[in-house]
Amino acid sequence: MSKKFEKPNMVPVPSHSIIPDRDVGKSPILECNHLGIDFGGLRAVDDFNLTVGRTEIAGLIGPNGAGKTTVFNLLTKVYQPTRGTILLDGIDTAGKSTIQINRMGIARTFQNIRLFSNLTVEDNVKIGLHNQEVYSTFSGIFRLPKYWKKEKVAHERALELLSIFDMQDMAAMKAGSLPYGAQRRLEIVRALATNPSLLLLDEPAAGMNPSETAELMENIVKIRDMFQIAVLLIEHDMSLVMSICEGICVLNFGQVIAKGTAEEIQANPAVIEAYLGKKKEA
Amino acid sequence: MNKLNNMKKSTKVDFATYLGVIIAFIVITVLMNNGTLGRKQVGLLVPACCYVVMAVSLNLTVGILGELSLGHAGFMSVGAFSGVIAAMSLAEAIPFEPLRLAIAMVAGAVCAGIAGVIVGVPVLRLRGDYLAIVTLAFGEIIKDLINCLIVGHDSEGLHIIFNFKGLKTVDDLGLLPGGNVIIKGAQGATGTDTIASFTAGVVLILITLFVVLNLIHSRTGRAVMAIRDNRIAAESVGINITKYKLIAFVTSATLAGAAGALYGLNYSSLQATKFNFNTSILVLVFVVLGGLGNIWGSIVAAIVLYVLPEALRSVADLRMLVYAIVLILVMLATNSPKMKAVLSRVIPRKKGDEVNE
Ligand SMILES: Nc1ncnc2c1ncn2[C@@H]1O[C@H](COP(=O)(O)OP(=O)(O)OP(=O)(O)O)[C@@H](O)[C@H]1O
Ligand SMILES: [Mg+2]
Repeated sequence: MSKKFEKPNMVPVPSHSIIPDRDVGKSPILECNHLGIDFGGLRAVDDFNLTVGRTEIAGLIGPNGAGKTTVFNLLTKVYQPTRGTILLDGIDTAGKSTIQINRMGIARTFQNIRLFSNLTVEDNVKIGLHNQEVYSTFSGIFRLPKYWKKEKVAHERALELLSIFDMQDMAAMKAGSLPYGAQRRLEIVRALATNPSLLLLDEPAAGMNPSETAELMENIVKIRDMFQIAVLLIEHDMSLVMSICEGICVLNFGQVIAKGTAEEIQANPAVIEAYLGKKKEA
Repeated sequence: MNKLNNMKKSTKVDFATYLGVIIAFIVITVLMNNGTLGRKQVGLLVPACCYVVMAVSLNLTVGILGELSLGHAGFMSVGAFSGVIAAMSLAEAIPFEPLRLAIAMVAGAVCAGIAGVIVGVPVLRLRGDYLAIVTLAFGEIIKDLINCLIVGHDSEGLHIIFNFKGLKTVDDLGLLPGGNVIIKGAQGATGTDTIASFTAGVVLILITLFVVLNLIHSRTGRAVMAIRDNRIAAESVGINITKYKLIAFVTSATLAGAAGALYGLNYSSLQATKFNFNTSILVLVFVVLGGLGNIWGSIVAAIVLYVLPEALRSVADLRMLVYAIVLILVMLATNSPKMKAVLSRVIPRKKGDEVNE
């Protein structure tokens, strides 16, 4: 870390988020080194270092405008980073497009829900399966055997994925007509359909009531266990973050101010200051 | 019946659309054979079929892909003139008219498809609504290009010259005796064999429906609609935006080309100015009034709005009034949720489809 940005009373920042025991010895799924991006004069993210283990559930937290969503946009190449490198499963992702990144194994959800709202729930998931159950446009138009075979598999797979959140009964509904919480869950299902090795969730519990949030937490852990994938999530709901995240990374003004386990983060003065503001002398 | 109930709602709507076209074809054929339809009405049948195909194909670009195209008539024009050239130059080689018509329509479709690639490749790579302006320009440019085109055919094959400076005439083609001129610059195509038929028109409509409906309900169609609904999300699930935009746009142009060829071979003389901006807008009106993404709506709107003004010529005074009322009714019928609710009751849906809200 460059000395320049270190504030006087800041605790030393561990260079890695906490990799769970089961992942120790395996290569990490994600490694960001000195990642940064500027928007004009604004350093939205600077010197961002993070390592996520193969089956880790990691949290990215921080006050509003800290740069969390921007990190996701960097990881998925919605923005090309100004500085630094991103290694996905050891492979450098420099110069890759959003589409290639998805094929390499990163899937995401969006803070402002982005569903295909005029299409059915099932079609939304099938669109996630676009690169999994492949057949040509020609077979599609002429309904060749491959069309029937792949469509059948896609249908079954879509329902199976929806059943994670017990949403298979909603398959024929329009995505846009779903209640808010269900829309968020559908985004997760759609992301899972792309068969990722790293799932990025941008405020998955936003707008959910406490019981929905509790259920979501269970399901995130279930998804990790079922698919053996890593999850990196942004969340303002601290109960969710503290209870399911094995490693937590705290951002403030585009910089990492702390990394560690839930206990370490909760006890960290820099984090408390970032969230509550510095105690006024007066 | 049980099988019908288990079908998806969209499949039922598709089925009803095909059935409607076939029933209309049978009814009209019967009316034609027993002399109920006059010559004037019969003359409207082929162009009505062409406009149906135009509307359905444009709906693929505008309603399904969600990109505005203001030059659909340009593709019709490319199809019309290439179809006429193909049909006229094969006149001796293939005397059997239906086959010659089919070949002409394929030629028109291929040429319009190539034009679609040329327009689409540079434009559809860009983000933002550039397609509208570029297709608008394309329509105008094609009109001017065809106005400079002089084409003839003789025993040596095709002779083509571009009369950019306005100095050349048909004599410059250097046709051998027995050769004939197919396109005479601004005068357009003259002396064309009118080999188009209503049956061919209906077959083309059915082929168009087959291609468009099957495309929509396939992996490709879902990708196209995903791009329409949310481009960023579509990218995030690994959909190649440019590729699927191009597939939809070129398919749309190709079908317009086939419609153009049929249209061109329905008249002994045809000018490029027929396929102007107004024609593009007319087809767009069919699509918008029929409902974006609603295929049967496009068919109904194209038929009603094309045939009606012609039929109303006898009551000239009331013509615009009736036309306006029909416009409003078509809009209500194809777009209103109430009307859709009525229709969905008529077309029974699977239990539990939308009840768990
Ligand atoms: N495309 C952009 N152009 C310019 N500035 C941007 C852009 N995207 C983000 N920013 C700025 O970068 C900073 C970080 O934004 P970001 O959306 O990443 O915050 P966040 O941590 O996700 O906040 P929140 O909790 O509110 O979602 C903000 O100051 C924002 O205004
Ligand atoms: Mg954010």
